[in-house]
Amino acid sequence: MALLSFERKYRIRGGTLIGGDMFDFWVGPFYVGFFGVTTAFFAALGTALIFYGASLGDTWNPWLITINPPDVAYGLSLAPLREGGIWQLVTICASGAFISWALREVEICRKLGIGLHVPIAFSFAILAYLSLVVVRPLLMGAWGHGFPYGIFSHLDWVSNTGYKYLNFHYNPAHMVAVSFFFTTTLALALHGSLVLAATNPGKGQPVRSPEYEDTFFRDFIGYSVGTLGIHRVGLFLALSAGFWSAVCIVISGPFWDKGWPEWWDGWRNLPIWL
Amino acid sequence: MAAYQNIFTQVQVRSAPEMGAHTGEADAWRVGTPGFVHWIGRLGNAQIGPIHLGWTGLVSLFCGFLAFEIIGLNMWASVGWNPAEFVRQLPWLALEPPPPEQGLNILPPLNQGGWWLIAGFFLTVSLISWCVRSYLRAKALGLGTHTTWAFASAIWLYLVLGFIRPIMMGSWSEAVPFGIFPHLDWTGAFSITYGNLFYNPFHCLSIVFLYGSTLLFAMHGATILATSRYGSEREVEQITDRGTGSERAALFWRWTMGFNATMESIHRWAWWFAVLTTLTGGIGILLTGTVVENWYDWAVAHNYAR
Repeated sequence: MALLSFERKYRIRGGTLIGGDMFDFWVGPFYVGFFGVTTAFFAALGTALIFYGASLGDTWNPWLITINPPDVAYGLSLAPLREGGIWQLVTICASGAFISWALREVEICRKLGIGLHVPIAFSFAILAYLSLVVVRPLLMGAWGHGFPYGIFSHLDWVSNTGYKYLNFHYNPAHMVAVSFFFTTTLALALHGSLVLAATNPGKGQPVRSPEYEDTFFRDFIGYSVGTLGIHRVGLFLALSAGFWSAVCIVISGPFWDKGWPEWWDGWRNLPIWL
Repeated sequence: MAAYQNIFTQVQVRSAPEMGAHTGEADAWRVGTPGFVHWIGRLGNAQIGPIHLGWTGLVSLFCGFLAFEIIGLNMWASVGWNPAEFVRQLPWLALEPPPPEQGLNILPPLNQGGWWLIAGFFLTVSLISWCVRSYLRAKALGLGTHTTWAFASAIWLYLVLGFIRPIMMGSWSEAVPFGIFPHLDWTGAFSITYGNLFYNPFHCLSIVFLYGSTLLFAMHGATILATSRYGSEREVEQITDRGTGSERAALFWRWTMGFNATMESIHRWAWWFAVLTTLTGGIGILLTGTVVENWYDWAVAHNYAR
């Protein structure tokens, strides 16, 4: 069942970045490639380390397991395994796995003869992750500023980090990021709805062409961005959400260490109000 | 090595503007002379307009305008009608709901939340009217009504925040104020009051669907642009008569993560993720303070916090 009905004619050699034909094969539905091997290595090692770290902890409750970064006192040095060293290794493994995954996507794009939009989009997510666990800790001088790897422990970190700046909702980059998240979701609802509505017009009705999709949106809001445009809009909105999320956390601490509500005093105190 | 990457439209075609598919008697409601904007054409269709008015559209615009004006004029009044202070303090200004002592009084004094109730009423009429409009337009064009039900999910969250939960709590004062920072303050205070909303499982779900929607649109938008050289952006045609664009899009994900959607099912994933964001979010808000007093304590009792 590994092959789709049309899949065989696409399974051809070539398109690799590294390794030539050596890793140019599939396992079940998965393409491997050199970066598939490195992805598997980093993912397996990182997962094993997480299990090891969990075994050192006092719970196997999956909601509560947490792999914590080292104490801030360790600064930017390597910490002993049991005191945050595991977190540091897991961070290296995660970064290695994410970057390998993106490069593996590039190889798959080349093999299929398609654009590189997906790996480029994924690199924004990697950037956001790295800014949380590498860039901001580096700028603040301690790995202890990274977030812990755990389901509810990372939420606690988000809460606590937010309240350090009194009310994180006042962070202007956070405002922009949240607005992009909401707008992306709105646009996704509109796009999904439109395609489903044209394809599923109801019993006995013919499937509707893009002319009707355009007409619906021009009637509805006076503008239809079109079948190609909506994917550009969606990609832009989604990547902006990730980008501004990264900005909003990197500026908190390294570039602004007071409460975020206070930042807006700058606006209230502009000399133009005299 | 350098290959074509679809980012912006490089050549724009200009012809007579499209006036829209024929829908019978309602076509007379289409107004406006379409125009073309080059820079918008770089991204998507260059054509702006025409737009369909119709009773629901007019009612929606009128009521939305009233709500906007009531909110704005109340804010302006709160700074003594000083135009400079209005601009300076705009992000902090609010139109607050009635104070707690007014309970669920539907006719409180205007300056005791009366204006808030009136603005909320018109905003609600505006939103529901626009939602009905999406239904009528879809029906007129022989399309499914998926947009309407997705819109209804957003209205559900809006009504929970400003209407249903306040009624269940017995006071309009529980509702969200109108205003930029004021509604953010309300959100922050709401979380603290009820023991950290991050421990509300429906809030967790809502965030998962919000981030999931963003992830899905990044994946889907990027996939379609990457395969657009094979015409995959003509999605309805690809659904009814699969071509190589759709096949390559599917295989990309199959080879990447071992699983792929189809050209139709990706839009079902999209629709559900977006709709569930506000649906689960509304449930989470509705349970807060009514059923659960403190989400952290609730999480401790259910073994996912300590």
